[in-house]
Amino acid sequence: MFSASDLRKGLKIEIDGHPYVITEYTFTKPGKGQSIYTCRVKSMLTGQTHMKQYRSNDKIDKPQLMQKELIYSYKDGELFVFMDENYEQIMLDENTIGDARFFLKEDIEVEVLFHNDKAIGVELPIFVERAITHTEPGARGNTATNVLKPATVDGGYELNVPIFINEGDMIKIDTRTGEYSERVR
Amino acid sequence: MRSISPEILQIRSNALQAIRGFFLARDFVEVETPVRLPAPALEEFIDAIPSDDWYLRTSPELHMKRLLAAGMPRIFQMGACFRHGERGHLHNPEFTMLEWYRAESDYREILADTKMLIRHVAAEVLGSTTISFGDVAIDLNMPWLCIPVEYAFQKYAGWNPVEEFDADRFDLDLVNKVEPALPKDRGVVLIDYPEEAAALSRRSPENPMVAERWELYMGGIEIANAFSELTDADEQLKRFEECAAKRAKAGRDVYPIDRPFLAALEAGMPPSGGIALGVDRLVMLLANVQNIQQVRPFANG
Repeated sequence: MFSASDLRKGLKIEIDGHPYVITEYTFTKPGKGQSIYTCRVKSMLTGQTHMKQYRSNDKIDKPQLMQKELIYSYKDGELFVFMDENYEQIMLDENTIGDARFFLKEDIEVEVLFHNDKAIGVELPIFVERAITHTEPGARGNTATNVLKPATVDGGYELNVPIFINEGDMIKIDTRTGEYSERVR
Repeated sequence: MRSISPEILQIRSNALQAIRGFFLARDFVEVETPVRLPAPALEEFIDAIPSDDWYLRTSPELHMKRLLAAGMPRIFQMGACFRHGERGHLHNPEFTMLEWYRAESDYREILADTKMLIRHVAAEVLGSTTISFGDVAIDLNMPWLCIPVEYAFQKYAGWNPVEEFDADRFDLDLVNKVEPALPKDRGVVLIDYPEEAAALSRRSPENPMVAERWELYMGGIEIANAFSELTDADEQLKRFEECAAKRAKAGRDVYPIDRPFLAALEAGMPPSGGIALGVDRLVMLLANVQNIQQVRPFANG
């Protein structure tokens, strides 16, 4: 249990059995009265936010959260199969994995967040490397990075890349935004 | 690294000078009372910061009242006070408080002092009787709006806390409904609190359902809290004990009862008016800044 005075921006709390993270926080205290902690909380399951107020004597549930490093193995129909350090297989569905599914590749190491032993999210390395499988040839010698064209990388993910990138090039993708970061060589 | 603003510190210095000048010109005596003490005032929602096996003061109130009981008629003090866990745009665990007390007086005379003090300080510091604060201009020539708590809650929160008090609802509605609705272009005084929210004020002789307590708001910020002081030793002991029980139940530290203070009440304290005013918040108004950190040069607490 947390007490109200533990509340701060970034703290993860549990409301009605669901995990939330505090994204905004204000402390107010009317003269001689109770402290009032006004928080905007964001669901760690749906991303939706709402306002929540706590008072001095309120107790707040602490979510059972655990982060595990897992290795991605393969896709089995609709499910994504991961391996933990004991070579146990763990299967996650597409909903849980979200946009990370575009960047999963055999043997990639990911951080998986569990709430009460149920996986609720997957965190990739910030950068992944991918080969360009398709893009229109760009103008030779043009090194401008602000002129973009569409491209497809191995695994089928589509994004915009600078005009000097060609098929067969390796690029780095920022998994937080899903955008091109740089050419690897 | 925070940036230190010499301009704001100049305003702060001018304000401190103006406050001292105001009281000295009115025959008040400036006093200093202990900052470390064995028995901080027992209040349900104010937590003291330990210092060795004593505490840092949360307010100088109990010692100031002992000086009244010892025969001093007009006293004031400005200095650091400390409250555990209070941190926000209007709160810092260490802050500067001004308190003044008048013997043979009550909360109405303190209200008259406060009006004159704020006008005096604004005139000395800003050369004006208008304080620009955020998007409002606080006109100190406008009469202050004095609203009984009972009416403010009926009007803005839709219920009457004097008839039937609900502690949880009272604080939430005060913050969520009443305070945001108060006019900001002039001083606003919420006056005559439900006796359950009396703290250390006396019950009104005319209406025992309310306590003689008021709070001043300027530009939407709570600036000061004033009482007709409770001088009845038995009633004071009863309130301390009730408060100690509530604190124990809520799992808060229970401070010892300040026996020398009770003995002073027993021996006789004159009817008095007293007030605590947040100096940092007053400087925020004068400097037109929205965060208490901007008027204090160093982060602390």
